[in-house]
Amino acid sequence: MRKTKPRVAFFDFTDCEGCQLQFANMGEGLLQLTELVEIVNFREIMSEAGQDYEVAFVEGSITTESDIKRIQEIRKKAKVLIALGACAATAGVNGMKNRFPLELAKSRVYGDKAGTVNTIASLPLHKVVKVDYFIHGCPVYIPEVLQVVKCVLMQKPYALPNYAVCVECKMNENVCRYEKDQECLGPVTRAGCNSWCINNGNRCYGCRGLVDNPAADAQKDILLKYGLKADEILQRFNLYNDSLGEKYGQEFK
Amino acid sequence: MARNSNKINSKEVKIDVHYLTRVEGHGNIVVDVKQGKLAKCEFQVIESPRFFESMLVGRSIWEAQHITSRICGICACGHSLASIKAGEDALGLVPSEEVISLRKLLLHAEIMDSHILHIYFLVAPDLLGIPSVMPLIKTDRPIVEMALRMKRMSDYAGEVLSGRHIHPISYVIGGLTQLPSRDGLEKLYKLMLDARKDGEKTVEILKKLKFPEFQRKTQYMSLTRKDEYALYDGNLTVNGESETGAINYKDLLRETAVEYSRAKIASIKGKPYAVGAIARFNNNFRQLNEKARRAAGEFGLKAPCYNPYLNTAIQLVEWVHCLEESIKIMEKILKSGLREDKIVTNSWPKRSEIGRIRYKPNTGIACVEVPRGSLFHDYSIDERGNITQANCVIPTNQNMGNLEEDMRKLVPELLGKRTQGQITLDLEMLARSYDPCISCSVHLLDVKFVNS
Repeated sequence: MRKTKPRVAFFDFTDCEGCQLQFANMGEGLLQLTELVEIVNFREIMSEAGQDYEVAFVEGSITTESDIKRIQEIRKKAKVLIALGACAATAGVNGMKNRFPLELAKSRVYGDKAGTVNTIASLPLHKVVKVDYFIHGCPVYIPEVLQVVKCVLMQKPYALPNYAVCVECKMNENVCRYEKDQECLGPVTRAGCNSWCINNGNRCYGCRGLVDNPAADAQKDILLKYGLKADEILQRFNLYNDSLGEKYGQEFK
Repeated sequence: MARNSNKINSKEVKIDVHYLTRVEGHGNIVVDVKQGKLAKCEFQVIESPRFFESMLVGRSIWEAQHITSRICGICACGHSLASIKAGEDALGLVPSEEVISLRKLLLHAEIMDSHILHIYFLVAPDLLGIPSVMPLIKTDRPIVEMALRMKRMSDYAGEVLSGRHIHPISYVIGGLTQLPSRDGLEKLYKLMLDARKDGEKTVEILKKLKFPEFQRKTQYMSLTRKDEYALYDGNLTVNGESETGAINYKDLLRETAVEYSRAKIASIKGKPYAVGAIARFNNNFRQLNEKARRAAGEFGLKAPCYNPYLNTAIQLVEWVHCLEESIKIMEKILKSGLREDKIVTNSWPKRSEIGRIRYKPNTGIACVEVPRGSLFHDYSIDERGNITQANCVIPTNQNMGNLEEDMRKLVPELLGKRTQGQITLDLEMLARSYDPCISCSVHLLDVKFVNS
């Protein structure tokens, strides 16, 4: 049988679609990519909707019952399913919705029409289907995306960095945010972004999720020492993390 | 998709475009013609609601930019700027002239980026009769390369100015967290100069393509300024009249719930209105720079323009305008340099002080012209600087009612002349010409989920 290019499809659930746009922003790199793979389904820029694909890049969080059915269908067809970006990999900012009782969130935004809104808690993809590759970040970092694409093409697993953003930040010779009387989630956040936000003078917001064993207690102590209230510290942590309130829901209360 | 009927004189037309392609986000078009009469004509936004206004409650004003940028991957810079301005309004902060000029530069870059994406990737395939830009990679590779080069230029601008275009990093309340690098600015300036010829070529290409004929006069709302083509700030104007400060937006426009869509329908004086390139063009034609006016002349465009399909051509006119304005700002920056003390600030107050600072409870409102039209952010903060109420009014929501009015006028004009398949395409193209950004629009209101 003749070896053909892998057929790739892009799908999006609840999100801003910024991660798939990162592909469009690759410029010429996108053309090179189309030489390696065949894109058969990419609703944002294509009307062709190929249903015959091997690799599915899936962006966004699961937030309705019908999303669940749709992602299950995609999983059935795809040999390889990739969670593209924070919303798919950890629920991302959508996870903040889960901090409030759904009824309150609905009534805040939809007022007296709240009763008719169909929504469930925001879920990352792996809570519903098996995910083969995770690409973290809000948005995804293209050099890492390309690494994962290489792994997919070579049918090898991608080893997520399991060290903190601080490691990359030090290599980039940034002055530590704590030295500058700032806060930063770099010490507890999974690396892989090349300390993107700190390189640009901001701080780490934790969009890539926490490392496997974050020193959360030490981080909390530092923040408490500077007069932050427990709920504010929790907010620093949960802008991106712990969308289901499994890890840090109680400790800070 | 129901495209199979080729009968022209059909009295029964049923169109149900599920998941309109080549738009940002998920939307359906539903049209039902019974016995020659239009029974139903809807643009249904079916994206899942995201609850940004709820998420923001209890969050610090200092992270509002970071969070609201995530409403949209295309207009992330526009959301950031609206958010920053609203935050500054609530906190009573006034940024320096230098900062404002860098913000205008970023906004120009984003408008160029979004417009070129829309022109080449989302609309041109319709005009060329192909399903997407993909077949062009084989047949017209130089054009695809040019489109990607133009896209890359504005995207690079986002990188140099704010760290990245999607979810900008260094643009924060009060200023920038660090100065753009000199090397980056010089490279960007060169790319901008090179982009001029790509712009001219794009005008030539687009000029040869035929946009559908259709006319419907409506209300056009945009920011306006006497001294420049208003994008970053200005007063609200409707058809050149009823000027008011953006802060009074709630007196000017109303939003109403509809049963079938997750987006509210907006109206001014009880009637739908249009925002975006066509509205800005109609209200502010005189403030366009010379090159942009010349590009408009190439398309035979005159203000006011009542053909919504031409929004795409007007976007190219705006692209030309934004490029020239960016070049002017860049020349000024490269000549006089950027002063750190006027620009650089921290993204948050100091760690040793943040827990103790007390703010005056206040409300901040701001409007910015983003690629698709006037975007409003409106926050109230408490004495700890935490958000107690948030409201975002999105261009796509404002255009939704107007798009439906267009569809209601267009469908009867086409009945008997075009097949159901052709009418479907005409309606898809109409919706796409508005460049709807559905991810943005759905944080607002939903009533019922449509499962077709």
